[in-house]
Amino acid sequence: MTERKIRIATTSLAGCFGCHMSFLDIDEQLVQLSERIEFNRSPLTDIKRCGPSDIGLIEGGVCNVDNVRVLREFRENCKILIAVGACAITGGVPAMRNYFDLRECLEEVYLHGAGVTNPQIPDDVELPLLLDKVYPIQAVVPVDYFLPGCPPPADAFLAILLPLLNGEASPQMTDRRLYYD
Amino acid sequence: MTQLKDTIFIDGKAIGFTEGQTIMDAALSAQVYIPHLCHYPGLTPSGNCRLCVVEADGRMVAACTTAAREGQQVSNNTAELSAARKAITQMLFVEGNHICPSCEKSGNCKLQAMGYYLGMLEEHYPQFNPHRALDASHPDIFLDRGRCILCGLCVRSSHDVDKKNVFAIAGRGADARLIVNTVSGKLGDSNLDVGDLAANICPVGAIMFKEHGYVTPIGERIYDRQKISDVALNEHVLEQKGDKAR
Repeated sequence: MTERKIRIATTSLAGCFGCHMSFLDIDEQLVQLSERIEFNRSPLTDIKRCGPSDIGLIEGGVCNVDNVRVLREFRENCKILIAVGACAITGGVPAMRNYFDLRECLEEVYLHGAGVTNPQIPDDVELPLLLDKVYPIQAVVPVDYFLPGCPPPADAFLAILLPLLNGEASPQMTDRRLYYD
Repeated sequence: MTQLKDTIFIDGKAIGFTEGQTIMDAALSAQVYIPHLCHYPGLTPSGNCRLCVVEADGRMVAACTTAAREGQQVSNNTAELSAARKAITQMLFVEGNHICPSCEKSGNCKLQAMGYYLGMLEEHYPQFNPHRALDASHPDIFLDRGRCILCGLCVRSSHDVDKKNVFAIAGRGADARLIVNTVSGKLGDSNLDVGDLAANICPVGAIMFKEHGYVTPIGERIYDRQKISDVALNEHVLEQKGDKAR
């Protein structure tokens, strides 16, 4: 009997997909990994809703109501949730808007900013409502593991994933492998 | 056990000291690292960051301001103290605006390096997101108060070594803030110079030189290469003064 593949789901909330790119930087080890894992919802599969999964990788912080919905969907469906990268863990660069009022930000960008033509604040109903601040994901749902870095180095993904694939608890990242930048 | 004269014991290790030395002085002389941010050898200690908290003869004290005493038993590297230090570091992170990926100090920052040393994976506490004034009025140096951790190293350096008294901490508690001692309150109206110790000693990205961004690439900076626990053993004001290579 072939062993069931470990199912991994990934998403980028208020992120830049840089963490996903770093994950792909494990290069040829992806081939070995693909024998043991399969992807559920992920930008790599284009599956739109997260189904029951073993591990969820969350990139990016929480900046709007759609981020909240997706994050809760992941938490409900993933046995283990991993916060990947500076933005998921702290809000990161998008959280630099947190020092200002949301309206100030919107007005600066869409009304008064340099080079703005036809100034108007976008209000299409399909646009997800922005939150007052950009939040770390652990402010919204419980998180099992943290993988810091901007992005986390490729080998850090393997360091945290391989023990989990073997059914072991993943080790805490050592200070040698820790980077916040 | 025979009691040695002028000896303290840090985590059981016998360490000599001379009259007037603090626990921190004695530890650093013996190449024993006690985590610290607001202390810098050669400057008067102020004991405000509390990272150097140790247990000395059963009491929690700041190692940088507590005199070494004959036969003192000091606990430094314990799980309890490491947890307390990590919590302090997390509080310092959430109190200010410390977004490492966007900060030019990243890799040379002691707050960040302390997070690495203590294995800080996340900030744990809710962020304050303070909106603090940036001062870019000086031609060579800018002041980003959002990153200031109120360690007071610039205050002491400017007052005691540079003899200029450019900086001060105003207010108390949550209202404490770094101010510039000029009539306008602007750094540009002060006589701060790039060669001053006060301009060079900031452990975080609060006092930064202009036009020096990314001279050393990310990944090749001090704490990308070395642990703070090693770097801190070889620091002294005498070597720092006049260092413009930041």
